[in-house]
Amino acid sequence: MISETPRPLRPGEGAVARLSCLALQPILSRVVRRIAKQHSSLFARLGPHQTTDFLIDPVELPFALHLRPDPQALVFRAVPRHAAPQAGAVIRGRFLLLLELVDAEEDGDAAFFSRDLEVSGDTEAVVRLRNALDDMEGSLAEETAGMFGPPGRAILARLRRAYLNTSTGEEDA
Amino acid sequence: MSLAELICPAGTPAALRTAVDAGADAVYCGFQDATNARNFPGLNFTPDELAASVVYAHAKGTKVLLALNTYPPAGKVDLWRQAADTGARLGVDAFIVADMGVADYIARTHPQVRLHLSVQAAASSPEAIRYYCESFGVKRVVLPRILTIPEIRQIRKEIPCEIETFIFGNHGLMVEGRCSLTNYLTGQSTNMDGVCSPASDVEYARHADGSMASQLAGFTIDQFGPDEKAGYPTICKGRYTAPHRPQGYYAFEEPVSLNLSRLLPELIEAGVHAFKIEGRQRSKSYVRGVVRAFRAAVDDIKAGREANIADLVALTEGQKQTQGAFETKKWR
Repeated sequence: MISETPRPLRPGEGAVARLSCLALQPILSRVVRRIAKQHSSLFARLGPHQTTDFLIDPVELPFALHLRPDPQALVFRAVPRHAAPQAGAVIRGRFLLLLELVDAEEDGDAAFFSRDLEVSGDTEAVVRLRNALDDMEGSLAEETAGMFGPPGRAILARLRRAYLNTSTGEEDA
Repeated sequence: MSLAELICPAGTPAALRTAVDAGADAVYCGFQDATNARNFPGLNFTPDELAASVVYAHAKGTKVLLALNTYPPAGKVDLWRQAADTGARLGVDAFIVADMGVADYIARTHPQVRLHLSVQAAASSPEAIRYYCESFGVKRVVLPRILTIPEIRQIRKEIPCEIETFIFGNHGLMVEGRCSLTNYLTGQSTNMDGVCSPASDVEYARHADGSMASQLAGFTIDQFGPDEKAGYPTICKGRYTAPHRPQGYYAFEEPVSLNLSRLLPELIEAGVHAFKIEGRQRSKSYVRGVVRAFRAAVDDIKAGREANIADLVALTEGQKQTQGAFETKKWR
């Protein structure tokens, strides 16, 4: 079960979240533009939900991600959780699980059965997004890491090791 | 002699390529419409995608089976006929059908393409199966998941076609092709629209204590405790209260998946020609993991080695698995 539940902000937490979002935004914009260019076929599977607002909520990070997969006006931005927009659908889980789901390294239904993944709002929108992403070839995480050269790939490798270790109950070495 | 073909699910072109590369002998898939029983949003193939997928699969020696396994509403057969025409033009290796009218059209119009009888036809007796074989030239029957292995062995002796059985995935035991539970709540038909619990009618509500309710068309059909594993939001696997069962109970079936990995040798010995993995709605990750595991197991058995079955419980519904009626009719 996902243990994170909305709670009142601690002093300074809001400022940290806002700064994190500002720092991330250029990267997110670059990532989403690249994905849209290289995987344009995914938009067809989204059908009417190209204009749905998705809130992707990595529970252990200080912010959430707002995605509106409209090919005419793509939105992918980090937002402080307490200031997140009203979303049509919310997808919540640990960051690395969400990353592995996008890359088809984990199965979304299995994560739902185990209660590691939560969805709320418009279920059809979530199903369409899942199917659209699952039909993408290659690894989105590796493509993104590759945009930042060897340091990007090294960070991804370390994140994945951490994820595997926590999944198997081992400590990160 | 059983061929023990591995029949694998593909909900998208990428999943199809994953199944082929993982060792599928055949993949089954459907178009993006009501002609198949996984008519889910964002899933399935356009004709162009299927054309490219057939080329990919055939280049690697894998067959492509096209699911046309729903029932056309009376007088509205054009969609199914067009789908059959398109599939035949693109070179699919077989059609999986349930409806007699669809079977008859294909038998007359595309006699060169094999017909497989879908589990949705719910043909479970030698008499019923022989009828489809004699009337439409059906070459293979996908048996409903209600038979024991001795019963399958006996049926094999009495029918003139191949047998395919499910070995992994959803354990849906309603009288297949006849279930109207979804229709009752949502107005959409599992059998004619291809949607069981349409996503547009599903909603999950998380409560403050960490429990989660799954709802279909506004009706709560289950509520999972904070640490309880979840299942699909289908009515047949919902948990309900009744005056004599105030705590709630599974009135029809339980959220659990079929896993016959340990029964493979007996199924092969009983004459089962092909093993089907359920899950066109699942991810590439599921397809890769399950197909690889069963490819290795079947190859081991065919080579006379003891099969080393990978642990697949993490991929099962409710993280529970059963051998169902294949082991005993008293599985519940």
